[in-house]
Amino acid sequence: MAEAAESPGDPGTASPRPLFAGLSDISISQDIPVEGEITIPMRSRIREFDNSTLNESVRNTIMRDLKAVGKKFMHVLYPRRSNTLLRDWDLWGPLILCVTLALMLQKGSVDNEKDGGPQFAEVFVIVWFGAVTITLNSKLLGGNISFFQSLCVLGYCILPLTVAMLICRLVLLAEAGPVNFMVRLFVVIVMFAWSVVASTAFLADSQPPNRKVLAVYPVFLFYFIISWMILTFTPE
Amino acid sequence: MAAVDDLQFEEFGDVATSLAANPNATTISIEDPDETPKHLPGPPRGSGREEDDELLGNDDSDKTELLAGQKKSSPFWTFEYYQTFFDVDTYQVFDRIKGSLLPIPGKNFVRLYIRSNPDLYGPFWICATLVFAIAISGNLSNFLIHLGEKTYHYVPEFRKVSIAATIIYAYAWLVPLALWGFLMWRNSKVMNIVSYSFLEIVCVYGYSLFIYIPTAILWIIPQKAVRWILVTIALGISGSVLAMTFWPAVREDNRRIALATIVTIVLLHMLLSVGCLLSIVFWSGFFWMQHPQQKSRMTRASWKTDGGWHRVPTCGWCCTEAEAPV
Repeated sequence: MAEAAESPGDPGTASPRPLFAGLSDISISQDIPVEGEITIPMRSRIREFDNSTLNESVRNTIMRDLKAVGKKFMHVLYPRRSNTLLRDWDLWGPLILCVTLALMLQKGSVDNEKDGGPQFAEVFVIVWFGAVTITLNSKLLGGNISFFQSLCVLGYCILPLTVAMLICRLVLLAEAGPVNFMVRLFVVIVMFAWSVVASTAFLADSQPPNRKVLAVYPVFLFYFIISWMILTFTPE
Repeated sequence: MAAVDDLQFEEFGDVATSLAANPNATTISIEDPDETPKHLPGPPRGSGREEDDELLGNDDSDKTELLAGQKKSSPFWTFEYYQTFFDVDTYQVFDRIKGSLLPIPGKNFVRLYIRSNPDLYGPFWICATLVFAIAISGNLSNFLIHLGEKTYHYVPEFRKVSIAATIIYAYAWLVPLALWGFLMWRNSKVMNIVSYSFLEIVCVYGYSLFIYIPTAILWIIPQKAVRWILVTIALGISGSVLAMTFWPAVREDNRRIALATIVTIVLLHMLLSVGCLLSIVFWSGFFWMQHPQQKSRMTRASWKTDGGWHRVPTCGWCCTEAEAPV
């Protein structure tokens, strides 16, 4: 702009004064500041908030997550009609439970390949694909629960069955026999019923009223299969 | 064939007058005797679907598209499209299951229960339940055979579940596909009154497999006579459901082709049922036929004896090594 203004401002031309002739006389001094910082009050507040969780110690972060997971475990063990599990869902608990269950259910030795017990990957895949299938089923039937909320509920409600697995492992350390089997059967049945009741308490409200049975039956089948795998587990 | 000029839907009097004029005239009437209630306020299972029923009754022969009952035409990449296949209530699913268990001669399963609302919930979950019922009863029957044997090591035989699942799901989807293709091909040659969409055929096949779930569970009983009776009953019921469903679709055809179709349907069904139920008996392969030498060393003692289990490598035919009991 300044260069263009200078050319019509040539001295010596007797033509009428061009528009921007006077601009060539302006000189910009260094006193007037033309650069600086723009500070927006809100922005600095947000940066402050981010810093507060970014700069906290690792122990705080882990403890916060563990407390959330533990609180949800309590909700599963004493199922009430609450939506705490649904509101802040997380998948840490299901992952921990699934890995624990799969570690305990896998066949012990690899030398005997005719041993038809499930591998780690098989249990893992069954749990996660089963949960995904049930979630898709309930969404297709018209339930208004989100995908991850449903995965979260189904994963957390495996907790009673994991406890049953631990108890069965302990019971199997004693001598084998019919009494042994009856104890394990009783424990697995009780925990299976607990799982189904817990997951129904959380999931039933999200389904349309005339399709509740259709949505709950796959959950029943899912936990039944896991209970069967726990009951038929025999160490080598 | 019918006098097509007489069939004009705008004028209701024509069919009656033509019949009055010429009692021998054949008019294409779609509905079976059990379908006339559809125009009356009937049981709740027909509520809300009367308009679909009329559509179905009037242009039945035009139903050649792959998917049935497109009440809402959402594009196939949206979630709502697939929700139309799960648009069933609990009582509807129970009614359909009941219809597959009690085949009444003359009543068509598709017309009576599905009524242009085929669902995928029933076929999918009935097949899943059947797979696990077969797996569990196979395990249990194997376990009961060896009950009391000290050297028996229980194995859950987990991997056979995937084989069973593949076979059952393939049967429930590929055979309806082949049948649907065959019926469409015959439809182009012979004007059939009744034609089914692909999903309706899948639905019929899925629900007809329901009878095998209690059969598989009862198959644990090791008596041969009981097993034969059970398989005969199951095959009779589900075979008759299938035959009565598909007979109206092929009866207009050449007599031999119609009979051949029905016989093929029933034969395939019999193959599946016998295969499934025999797999329960032979769940662990031929493992339960022990080596004769080893059999003599086994005692029928129960678990009361001391010591624990003695594990025998499971080779099935010959046992290379066995630990001596303590």
